[in-house]
Amino acid sequence: MIRLFTRYRILLPVVSLALLLGATFYMQPRAMSYFGLNLLFNLAVPIALATLAQMMIIMVNDIDLSLGAFVSLVACVTATWLNDAPLVGLLILLVLVLAYAAMGAVIHMLDLPAIVVTLGMSFVWGGIALFLLPSPGGVSPDWLRALMTIKPPFVPMAVAAAVLIAALTHLLIMRSGIGTVLRGVGGNARSVGRAGWPVVRLKALAYGLAGLFGVLAGMALVGLTTSADANIALRYTLLSVAGVILGGGEFTGGKISPVGAVIGALTLALAASFLSFLRLSPDWQVGAQGAILILVLTARLLFTRRDAQA
Amino acid sequence: MKLLQKPWIWSWVAAVAAFGLTIALTQGRGASELGYAALSFGAFAAIVGLGQMLVITLGPGNIDLSIPASMTLAATLALKAMGAEPGSAWLGLLVALGVGLGTGLANFALIWALRLPPIIATLAASLVYQSIAIWSNRGLRIKPPEALADFATGRMAGVPNVAIVAVVLAALVWLVLERTIWGRWLLACGQNLRAARLAGVPVEAVRAATYVAVAVFASLAGYLLASFSGGAALNMGSEYLLMSIAVVVIGGTSIAGGMSNVPGVWGASLFMFLVVSMLNSYGAGAGVRMVLTGVIIIGIVIAASTRRARQ
Repeated sequence: MIRLFTRYRILLPVVSLALLLGATFYMQPRAMSYFGLNLLFNLAVPIALATLAQMMIIMVNDIDLSLGAFVSLVACVTATWLNDAPLVGLLILLVLVLAYAAMGAVIHMLDLPAIVVTLGMSFVWGGIALFLLPSPGGVSPDWLRALMTIKPPFVPMAVAAAVLIAALTHLLIMRSGIGTVLRGVGGNARSVGRAGWPVVRLKALAYGLAGLFGVLAGMALVGLTTSADANIALRYTLLSVAGVILGGGEFTGGKISPVGAVIGALTLALAASFLSFLRLSPDWQVGAQGAILILVLTARLLFTRRDAQA
Repeated sequence: MKLLQKPWIWSWVAAVAAFGLTIALTQGRGASELGYAALSFGAFAAIVGLGQMLVITLGPGNIDLSIPASMTLAATLALKAMGAEPGSAWLGLLVALGVGLGTGLANFALIWALRLPPIIATLAASLVYQSIAIWSNRGLRIKPPEALADFATGRMAGVPNVAIVAVVLAALVWLVLERTIWGRWLLACGQNLRAARLAGVPVEAVRAATYVAVAVFASLAGYLLASFSGGAALNMGSEYLLMSIAVVVIGGTSIAGGMSNVPGVWGASLFMFLVVSMLNSYGAGAGVRMVLTGVIIIGIVIAASTRRARQ
C-alpha cells in the first residue's frame, strides 16, 4: 500500500481530494449533484490555471511572487479593453505574455534572483491595473461569460474544464519533447545547456507559458465574476504556490506534475466550500484552510520519508 | 573607492537621491518634516526587514511569509491584554514578545518536524495566526494606553522614538552577526549548510533561533505600529510582507544567503518611504507610483548584480 503511494506520487493528491470530497458529501449530501458540484468547484478553474502558471515557473527552479498581481491585471484588461475593443484587448494580452517571456530571459541572462524581480514586477502589474481600473468595475465580454457558464451534459463545466486543462498540460509538459527539456532546465540547467539547448530561450518559453496560463486564469476569473478590480486576484500568488506543492511538486529539480497541480488547486477550492458546510465560525475558516494544508503535506511527508528509508 | 564597494551604499545613495529630489521640488521647505516622517515610517520597515534579513541569510528557500500575521496577532493580543489601562505598557510588550516567541517556535516546528519548505510552512501557519487574530479581535478597536501611544508617536532630541528603537535593534543585530559566535554560525549555515553541520555548528539550533528572532521582531513591529496608529487592525501587517523582502534585497543582502547587511536594511527602509513621497510630491497617481516603485526595485537589483559580476 505504502509502496504504491511512493511509486505513484500522483496518488496522494488524488486521495486527499477524494477524502475531502467524501467528507463534503457526507456533510451536505445535496452537494452530490450536477448543480452542487458546479457550485463547489465554481471558482476552481481560474485557481487551477493560475496554479499551472506558477508550476511553469517552479519547473525551472524559480518562484513567481507577481502572479496574483498579474492575474488581477489581466482581469482588468479583460473587463475593459477586451470588452470594448477586442482587437486592442487581445494585443495587450499578447504583449503581457511576451513581457513574461522577456522577464524570464532577463532573469536568466543577468543571473538575477527570480523572487526579487517578480516582487518588483508585482508592483508594476498592480500599478498598471490600478491605472486601467482605478475603482472596481468593467464588464465581462459576453462570449467569455457564456463560455464560463456553459452547461455540458453529465459533468459540470468546472470539472470538465479542469480535466481538459490537466490533460492538455500533461501532454505538453510530461509527454512532449520540449516539455521534457523544460523540466530538464529545472533539474540541471547547465547540463541542458552543454547538451546544446539554448537555456535562455527555454527559460523564456517557461515564463511565456506561465504568462499564457496567467492570462487564461484572469480571463476565466472575469468570465465568472463578470467584473474586475485591481486587487481581485492578489491571493492567487500564495494559493498557486500551495496548489503546486499540494499536487506533489517540489521547489527544486524540475519535479512537478500538471495533473497534480490541477488536483491541488481543486483541493484548495474545495477546502473553502467544505469549511462553510462545516458551519465553522467564519473567524476560523482561514485558519482551518491552513490546517488542511498542513495536514495534507504531513501525510505526504510520511510517504516520502518511508521512501527515503527504503 | 572603498566606500563605493560596500554593498549597502547603494540603498543609502538611492534614499538620499529620493530625499533630494523631493526637497528640490519644494525648494527646501519641509525638509525636516520629510526626514522625520521617513524615520518614523522607515523604522517599522527596518524592524521587520532586520528579521527577514536574518532568515534570508540562512540560505536559499528560507523566508518567513508569516510576518504580517505575526504582527497583527501580537498587536491584537497585546492591546487586548493592556485594555487601555494606564501603566500596562510593559505587560503589553511582554505579551507581544511572547506571541513572537510562540509563532516563531510554531513556524520552526513545522519546518523542522514536518520537513516542510519554509515558504509553505510559514504560509500555512500564517493562515492560522490570522484566524486567531480575527477570533480574538472581533472587530474591537482597543486604544493603546496613553503613555504608550505618546511614546510611540513621540520624539527624543528631534528623532522619533520608534526610529531610536529600530536603530538600537539594528546595532544589536549587527553586533550579534559580526561579533558573536552565534552570528558566525548563522553566516556559516547560509554559506553552506552541509559544511557548517560537518564543522560542528549546531545547525538546527541556529535555524530555530533565527525563526524565533524574525517572529519576535515582527511582533515588536506590530506592537509599536499599533501603538503608533492608535489601535490594531486586521490588515495592518499586509503591506509589510513584500516590504520586508524588498528592503532586505535593496539593502544589499544576498538573496542566496550567507551574507547579511544591516546598514543596507535601514537605507532601503528610508528609501522605500522616500520614493513614494517623492513620486507623490511630483503628482504621480497611485498607479504610476506603483509602477515606478517596481521599476526602481528591479533597477537596483540589476545594478547590484552587474556590479557584482564585474568584480
